[in-house]
Amino acid sequence: MATTVTVPSPSAPSTPLLKDELDIVIPTIRNLDFLEMWRPFFQPYHLIIVQDGDPSKTIKVPEGFDYELYNRNDINRILGPKASCISFKDSACRCFGYMVSKKKYVFTIDDDCFVAKDPSGKDINALEQHIKNLLSPSTPLFFNTLYDPYREGADFVRGYPFSLREGAKTAVSHGLWLNIPDYDAPTQMVKPRERNTRYVDAVMTVPKGTLFPMCGMNLGFDRELIGPAMYFGLMGDGQPIGRYDDMWAGWCMKVICDHLGLGVKTGLPYIWHSKASNPFVNLKKEYKGIFWQEDIIPFFQNVTIPKECDTVQKCYLALSEQVREKLGKIDPYFVKLADAMVTWIEAWDELNPSTAAVENGKAK
Amino acid sequence: MSLEIQDSEFDIVIAALQPNLTTFFEAWRPFFSRFHIIVVKDPDLAEELQIPTGFDVKVYTKSDMGVLGATSIDFSGHSCRYFGYLVSRKKYVISIDDNCLPAKDNGGLIVDAVSQHMSNLKTPATPFFFNTLYDPFRKGADFVRGYPFSLREGVECMLSCGLWLHNADYDPMTHVVKRNQRNTTYVDAVMTVPIGAIMPVSGINVAFNREVLGPVMFPALRLRKDGKHRWDTLEDIWNGLCAKVVCDRLGYGVKTGLPYVIRSDAEAGKALESLKEWEGVKVMDDVLPFFQSVKLSTTATTVEDCVKELASIVKEKLGPQNAIFAKAADAMEEWAKLWESHGAQSS
Repeated sequence: MATTVTVPSPSAPSTPLLKDELDIVIPTIRNLDFLEMWRPFFQPYHLIIVQDGDPSKTIKVPEGFDYELYNRNDINRILGPKASCISFKDSACRCFGYMVSKKKYVFTIDDDCFVAKDPSGKDINALEQHIKNLLSPSTPLFFNTLYDPYREGADFVRGYPFSLREGAKTAVSHGLWLNIPDYDAPTQMVKPRERNTRYVDAVMTVPKGTLFPMCGMNLGFDRELIGPAMYFGLMGDGQPIGRYDDMWAGWCMKVICDHLGLGVKTGLPYIWHSKASNPFVNLKKEYKGIFWQEDIIPFFQNVTIPKECDTVQKCYLALSEQVREKLGKIDPYFVKLADAMVTWIEAWDELNPSTAAVENGKAK
Repeated sequence: MSLEIQDSEFDIVIAALQPNLTTFFEAWRPFFSRFHIIVVKDPDLAEELQIPTGFDVKVYTKSDMGVLGATSIDFSGHSCRYFGYLVSRKKYVISIDDNCLPAKDNGGLIVDAVSQHMSNLKTPATPFFFNTLYDPFRKGADFVRGYPFSLREGVECMLSCGLWLHNADYDPMTHVVKRNQRNTTYVDAVMTVPIGAIMPVSGINVAFNREVLGPVMFPALRLRKDGKHRWDTLEDIWNGLCAKVVCDRLGYGVKTGLPYVIRSDAEAGKALESLKEWEGVKVMDDVLPFFQSVKLSTTATTVEDCVKELASIVKEKLGPQNAIFAKAADAMEEWAKLWESHGAQSS
């Protein structure tokens, strides 16, 4: 049951807190100091901290937060041999948090992301906006030119068919970032001083059939609707590629959402991204990805998931077969990745037995 | 990869559905005065037009439309602007409804909608992959991590669809139910409508490459009770759907977002009357599945070819469902002929 808290704003309808239905998943290798700034917004929620790197290091969680913390030893203990699918020395490890969560919704945020201000100077409650996005429908079949029609003050425009105005269930809410933009290494190097200062006051649905680069820095999703598709791949230590974890998850997720008739939103909320990672390090990580993605994108643009795949798991497994068959030709990494995708689903179903049997969505 | 576009390559086309255009032209003067302007008077409008001096304006009226000879295209009401598209001799056209004035942006500055449309047409569109920071060619933005490098050149933008503050472009049902709602959110973004995605293009505030897209910029779909209010029409919506399908087929781009104009309330209270016999409530439910699934053949390599093919598919698939679609298909073919004989040249 949703817990409703009345926000003191006479005209705006209140957004449910969902404090017992949402987990906040945070990967970290350093510290969690950033949580202090988020305290007013995050404190009601349960946190799942996924500690990357050296498990013997103690990560201090600021007082007053309700949390569970997993380091590499915990991941190995819980998953056994299946732990091979969880990346090490890369924030991709965060998806372990998705797997162990018992909640309907997940919000994930990077530890260098802070509270941003809207143009009026007010602090943005990013989590509240993600909840709004997830609780209201998406409109993937026809682009509404006034963007999110369910937003207060907006609506469907002339010409929008009435039969489509109920919308589709929203599976993912993709937020954006002010200050340090999420650029690839070459762009970072060419434009080291560029900052994103433009606040675009819109949420919109990414149309069906359209792919986009999903950034994992500020992301909300309905775990029950799409959770098993949110695998962040094999990155980091021992892998030939990095900084494509969220991208990979986003492409898999989008083709599955399109197949199952679920919606994906992008736009608000903004967070303040404070840390620019080292572009030279990034270039090394991304290098193979830059070339591989030229094949990966056409793969995802043309992939078809068999009609009988009516659960996220079935869709994901069908996808993994095609990854093995088609992308495996480019590099043996993709065969490993396809294996890891299968392992991920096995691990997911093991840790989430009740959802394994339930249909997460219907194929349209 | 910005194109060099001169002011002299643009015509501004204004459909006059009201006689007194003084306020309109005075408000737009700073932005319109350097352009050639085509004003097309609604053939049903009896009164003389009032247009202030100081503009390079050519006015076309019902008698000018006679130059087309007998034609099945109905240029009355909002459709009169399309006559302006036909007689223009410029490469680009910008068209804004006569009840719209320049808007203010979030910083309080008056928006030069003309320059924004020009900028949209000058810079590439990126239909093959959605950029989460919207227009990557805008100052202060770029392609984000994960955007394939081979897709960063983009394609030429052929159609720029702007938006409206205050009185938003809603259907009459929404106007009635949400009679006090006004659009006050200025979304500071331009974005490309992805390939395969379709949207309702509002004719209230558009700009396009006339040389290339002219043959598909037609008033073909008319509701039986097509009227003077925007909500009585779907001709621009149909036009936009056809244009998008053609652009997708030929690798051209369509953008949406900025610029905003501010649209007056003049019509808002009258929506209830239109509801009585409004067939628009069902029409789009038939139209949309059609456009979602239509596939133009690879042999259609020009806009004209695409239009001819689209018209025949419309006649075959939609015609039987409702006579207005069969008429639309005829109008599309008629427009193609008119375009060939009257529209094609640019100076």
